[in-house]
Amino acid sequence: MSAVAGPPEGGPHRDGGIRAESISKRFGSTLALDKVSFMVEKGELFGFIGPDGAGKTTLFRILVSLLIPDAGRASVLGFDVVRDYRALRQRVGYMPGRFSLYPDLSVHENLTFFASVFGTTIEREYEQIKPIYIQLEPFRDRRAAALSGGMKQKLALCCALVHRPDILLLDEPTTGVDAVSRREFWDLLGRLKQGGLTTIVSTPYMDEATRCDRIALIHRGHLLGVDTPEAITRAFERPLLGVRASDRYKALLALRKYEHAHSAYPFGDVIHYIDKRVDASIDAIAHDVKTFLRASGFANASVEPLTPTVEDSFIARTEDAA
Amino acid sequence: MTDLAIAVKDLTRKFGDFTAVDHITFDVNAGEVFGFLGANGAGKTTAIRMLIGLLTPTSGSARVAGHDIYAESEAIKRSIGYMSQRFSLYEDLTPRENIRLYGGIYGLTLAQIRNRTDRMLSRLGLAQVANQPVSGLPLGWRQKLAFSVALVHEPRIVFLDEPTSGVDPITRRQFWELIYEAASRGTTVLVTTHYMDEAEYCDRISIMVAGRIAALGPPSELKRQHGVDSIDELFVRLARPGDQAGGAGLVRPARAEDR
Repeated sequence: MSAVAGPPEGGPHRDGGIRAESISKRFGSTLALDKVSFMVEKGELFGFIGPDGAGKTTLFRILVSLLIPDAGRASVLGFDVVRDYRALRQRVGYMPGRFSLYPDLSVHENLTFFASVFGTTIEREYEQIKPIYIQLEPFRDRRAAALSGGMKQKLALCCALVHRPDILLLDEPTTGVDAVSRREFWDLLGRLKQGGLTTIVSTPYMDEATRCDRIALIHRGHLLGVDTPEAITRAFERPLLGVRASDRYKALLALRKYEHAHSAYPFGDVIHYIDKRVDASIDAIAHDVKTFLRASGFANASVEPLTPTVEDSFIARTEDAA
Repeated sequence: MTDLAIAVKDLTRKFGDFTAVDHITFDVNAGEVFGFLGANGAGKTTAIRMLIGLLTPTSGSARVAGHDIYAESEAIKRSIGYMSQRFSLYEDLTPRENIRLYGGIYGLTLAQIRNRTDRMLSRLGLAQVANQPVSGLPLGWRQKLAFSVALVHEPRIVFLDEPTSGVDPITRRQFWELIYEAASRGTTVLVTTHYMDEAEYCDRISIMVAGRIAALGPPSELKRQHGVDSIDELFVRLARPGDQAGGAGLVRPARAEDR
């Protein structure tokens, strides 16, 4: 990219989201981000979905001005993340992946501290943080270190919101948190979205993708696609079947030996089987696979067409990218 | 002797006036893949620490690999493998050195170690990085290596504490295939996870809620009993009964397993 003028006055992103153009970042011999480009619109709940080491944290740190990209440029709320970092930092709420509150301070003290850093008070911002704060209030005087994992994350979210930011960046807020707390956390994000807050979240849990308006699949520093979760799964073009058999492991190994098999992998209580034949009808393929399994000694195997999940799409795209 | 890998009866552990594990009773059969589930703070880690001989129970009994957890905790440590999400390999050492270290700790002969090292590295496809420090390997590779290292002394039972956290989906599935493979060779596997789809890979699961076992059985049977479509749904239902205020009322003091 050649040098470009500053953000256009009143441009589409001036009043809202994020524009990232061809961002790259290297650490030693590791290319953490490789020409990453995307846009987030004002009011969107946008998810970066990818495993550890994909580049999510590096990207978030660049977007909140804590790290300078080697190449490319990005603006958040219209502020250039390198040039306008001072103004930007006043307007973003950032929740790092590692728990970064003061463990020896109480819930109330942590919140008071973060409010004061931004020159405000809990009382003045109460409306903004209320939905979360009422859940924390019973533990007001408990030290942050003594909170459960889910509660710690809620406190961190509260601290990231207390200065009424225009955009929220949450780096893996649900990692290591149990399934129930994860669900509650996403419910809170949904509520914030209804209030119009632009929110960018990263997660390694593929099943959380459906809670987002749009997602970016990220793997080894590359974006594998940016779209709505529905469009991402709709783009999965290979024939996908769900196979159930009494001995799953043996059935899995047998399916991989089938002449038309593209791949087979365990997925909860079913095996996801993908066939090579893209032109045949899915019912005909299902019939063939069932016949094959019967002949291989899996008399009770069931085979049925499946709707692909975001995780199926992620796997297919990482294979294609390899 | 029975062929139960783990037999637990009324196992209880208190910390002060807080009961972390409250009279839990369950068995794990030899060769079974057993999912040990529960919300953060439900008591899983405390229970596991008792089963692997690191924490003395307040009351109750348990036998692991045929050994009593009170009197024979050293014998238990020799009969089990353990892998945790946080720490399982020495990052400054190479895969080859890690295997040798753990093999040595478990008293294998040098010939046994040499033999198993080559077999292990080639099966995992790690032969070409055998002499590079572990710190430079992708997380997924490290986790697969850590699992094999936990099995280097061919234990009867292996305990896996969130082995797949943050791992990419392909590696996550390869990891579960290693689990199946170990189980098909007769190794008993007890695994904890926050991925509810992984719970469905298990032969049986238990779900701990507030120190007690709230559900125990094969995933398909539990789903039928409770009339739910997924273990995720069951987990949410059990872990937050009568949920009113986002579960705030049920939060318990944080413990080691919390982030």
